[in-house]
Amino acid sequence: MKFHLKVWRQKDAKAPGTLESYEADNIPADASFLEMLDIVNSNLTGKNIEPIQFDSDCREGICGSCSLTINGVPHGPGRGTTCQVYMRKFKDGDTITIEPFRADAFPVQRDLVVNRGAFDRVMQAGGYISERCGSAPDANSVPISKVIADEAMDAAACIGCGACAAACPNGSAMLFVSAKVTHLGLLPQGKPENGRRVLGMVRQMDEEGFGNCSNYYACEAVCPASVPAAFIGRLNREFTAASVKESIGMNV
Amino acid sequence: MAGASAASTLAEQGYNVKCFCYQDSPRRAHSIAAQGGINAAKNYQNDGDSAYRLFYDTIKGGDFRSREANVHRLAEVSNNIIDQCVAKGVPFAREYGGLLDNRSFGGAQVSRTFYARGQTGQQLLLGAYSGLSQQIARGSVKMYPKTEMLDLVLIDGHAKGIVVRDLTTGEISSHAGDAVLLCSGGYGNVFYLSTNARGCNVTATFRAYKRGAFFANPCFTQIHPTCIPVSGDYQSKLTLMSESLRNDGRIWAPKRKEDCGKEPSQIPDDARDYFLERKYPSYGNLAPRDISSRSAKEVCDEGRGVGPGGLGVYLDFNDAIKRLGRKTIEERYGNLFEMYQNITGENAYERPMRIYPAVHYTMGGLWVDYNLMSNIPGLHVLGEANFSDHGANRLGASALMQGLADGYFVIPYTLGNYMTSQFGKKVDPKHPAFAKTIEETKEKVQKLLDIKGNRTVDSFHRELGLIMWDYCGMARSEDGLKIAIDKIQKLRAEFWRNLKILGTPEGINMELERAGRVADFLEFGELMCRDALTRNESCGGHFRTEYQTPEGEALRNDDEYAFVSAWEYQGENQLPTLNKEPLVYEKVKLATRSYK
Ligand SMILES: Cc1cc2nc3c(=O)[nH]c(=O)nc-3n(C[C@H](O)[C@H](O)[C@H](O)COP(=O)(O)OP(=O)(O)OC[C@H]3O[C@@H](n4cnc5c(N)ncnc54)[C@H](O)[C@@H]3O)c2cc1C
Ligand code: SF4
Ligand code: FES
Repeated sequence: MKFHLKVWRQKDAKAPGTLESYEADNIPADASFLEMLDIVNSNLTGKNIEPIQFDSDCREGICGSCSLTINGVPHGPGRGTTCQVYMRKFKDGDTITIEPFRADAFPVQRDLVVNRGAFDRVMQAGGYISERCGSAPDANSVPISKVIADEAMDAAACIGCGACAAACPNGSAMLFVSAKVTHLGLLPQGKPENGRRVLGMVRQMDEEGFGNCSNYYACEAVCPASVPAAFIGRLNREFTAASVKESIGMNV
Repeated sequence: MAGASAASTLAEQGYNVKCFCYQDSPRRAHSIAAQGGINAAKNYQNDGDSAYRLFYDTIKGGDFRSREANVHRLAEVSNNIIDQCVAKGVPFAREYGGLLDNRSFGGAQVSRTFYARGQTGQQLLLGAYSGLSQQIARGSVKMYPKTEMLDLVLIDGHAKGIVVRDLTTGEISSHAGDAVLLCSGGYGNVFYLSTNARGCNVTATFRAYKRGAFFANPCFTQIHPTCIPVSGDYQSKLTLMSESLRNDGRIWAPKRKEDCGKEPSQIPDDARDYFLERKYPSYGNLAPRDISSRSAKEVCDEGRGVGPGGLGVYLDFNDAIKRLGRKTIEERYGNLFEMYQNITGENAYERPMRIYPAVHYTMGGLWVDYNLMSNIPGLHVLGEANFSDHGANRLGASALMQGLADGYFVIPYTLGNYMTSQFGKKVDPKHPAFAKTIEETKEKVQKLLDIKGNRTVDSFHRELGLIMWDYCGMARSEDGLKIAIDKIQKLRAEFWRNLKILGTPEGINMELERAGRVADFLEFGELMCRDALTRNESCGGHFRTEYQTPEGEALRNDDEYAFVSAWEYQGENQLPTLNKEPLVYEKVKLATRSYK
């Protein structure tokens, strides 16, 4: 197959970027999108043009490294991650625009590479259960209903890719935060810290420059882990409850 | 995962920890990709499991080439890992009664595997990452993502720091510490195509080897039987189809070569060879990985393989769908079937999956003692990066167990042993060894850029991978290994003459990162071949064609080879020397490994 690519090139975090045109020739239909870029990069090297820089690691849809916006959609066509897009999804001769994930809180470092450190800092603000290694009771001492455990797993499946924030017109990270708050909040082990967790994570999210949620649901549509937007409602309720408690001087 | 669990637990104990990874977040380490599950001897299913049984299965699964005491400890702490993970919020699968669910996994006859859908590794890693995040917030761990370790710093023969390159700015700097822990994962990518993540490398451990750490059993690699077959030379990685599929899928190939091109539905049952069920009636499709992989290769070597290049066998769910209904199969494996369809464009509910073995895990690694310390004082090695627990073959669901055992329950207790010997000896970050190692590292990086040849890094890596696969993969022979060593040496010479890397050492330059890793693989591949060449026996994943039984099973030689091969670097272009640690079994009796 053959494609016309328009690729975001940017030298470093400070330099301005532009879209450059490249041709992708002789691409097998069974190649993945990133393998297509590998082929293009090897040809660029042959022509003494520096290869396009982009993040990827597992290349099987689970690590959350890959982060391309393809034709305006974070992760491109289909429900999965960038690395799980296959070229047979495109038509021969298509023009494809490739940009990095765009969100105020994810500054571009070079070409298609963004810095998502903001997500790590949001996690550090409460995305855990305080428990000291070696102090745990027997794993079966607290039964958890299968329904609750399954729902917690739906939330825990988030791969931390950032597509939700990149898809949101406000650059909001609410889906990501709601996934962690729901996962830990549903489990008996995580409940004691629910209030502290939600206050900490939401405040850090604001501090990092992520926008507010105004119910576009663009996040849900691109989330490769199928995290449902309904979790955002849960997050809002938990946040309100914890804020009220805090405002009247109760311990959270 | 081993690194995050160790860093957070040590921080809880009061250590100040600096933690490094090459990804943009520690949450993306390769452990994230583990699908199937984690073993523990809880005996929640009341099917006769015990720490002893898990210990014995692991020793036997490793074909009696692991260290007995380490494996026993692993089995003992396995239960604590499950407790710890549940307390951290890992959402393991549960039964309707609210208790934890288990499944059985290749190489075991009890149900001792805990799992979280098809994403067990993800959940265990995220559990460890959440603990790490908490310690980062407390200030007891300082995290350096997108930072690659390029050398180890020795002071008076002790490991006292590392040299790293910041992958965003390109800056090379050093970090001093009282001890160094390497938790850098496995080296399966020496084969280029593997189920490992793209960035998995041998650089951290290999450069420690070049500073004097022994590399143990490098040739012990695991080839996983159920992966999606290779489809073309553009391919950048192979995808694993979880071993759990073998619980319900039946593996077969056509009996006659002439049938290989036919649609599988056109091949009647009596023209199919369910080769694992035929050869290993008591374990059948659940035979251990090394045995299953080799059987698939044999079938394809006989010309009975299916799919592109005849490199594939069928994994068929037709009987299971008839027996349990499509809905049950969908519930159990829906995401895997979807993944298979996405990658191959085929529907496995209607047409059997095509699978072929692929490189998956490396049992070899830096040599460590019972305290997980290498022969370099202060240098400790955890997780897949060390060699100790899996011998010549790893059983399913036991790598996650070992990584978390090392991180949560071993190193927190054993590190103190070294630290007490260091009381009052403060490391001076201004010691000349740091500046010297930084200089050497900078030179190495510059050398790669200065070659200015014509071939890309990936093309060298691919070629090396093919050599390793052909001669040091599922079957090895003296002649083949000698050819491989010769080819690798030639390829390495060409690499240093003809590599082409554009750009500068400053800023993001991923080809430069890869070049450093491939340079190490090009030396390490030779070490693997030498190790395979000296081990004149077949055991586990190491199958020397000269040493097999009349039925084609591995022929171990306990009289001469019941030892760990610990290789010692002797300098550029010198042959490494072999140290042997004898394997003494006090609790188990060496036995022929039979799964018939
Ligand atoms: C597809 C797949 C499925 C699997 N399924 C299972 C399963 O079901 N059950 C099971 O028990 N095991 C499974 N395994 C094996 C298991 O996942 C791994 O052995 C285990 O996760 C390794 O953990 P680790 O902590 O040792 O290494 P990793 O998780 O690979 O971590 C290595 C860390 O070291 C860092 N690093 C590496 N090199 C450098 C460097 N030079 N500088 C700085 N940082 C560096 C990386 O950034 C990373 O953070 C599977 C493996 C694969 C590939
Ligand atoms: S919620 Fe979905 S889109 Fe957002 S980070 Fe998690 S997986 Fe990615
Ligand atoms: S590279 Fe890991 S999710 Fe795409």
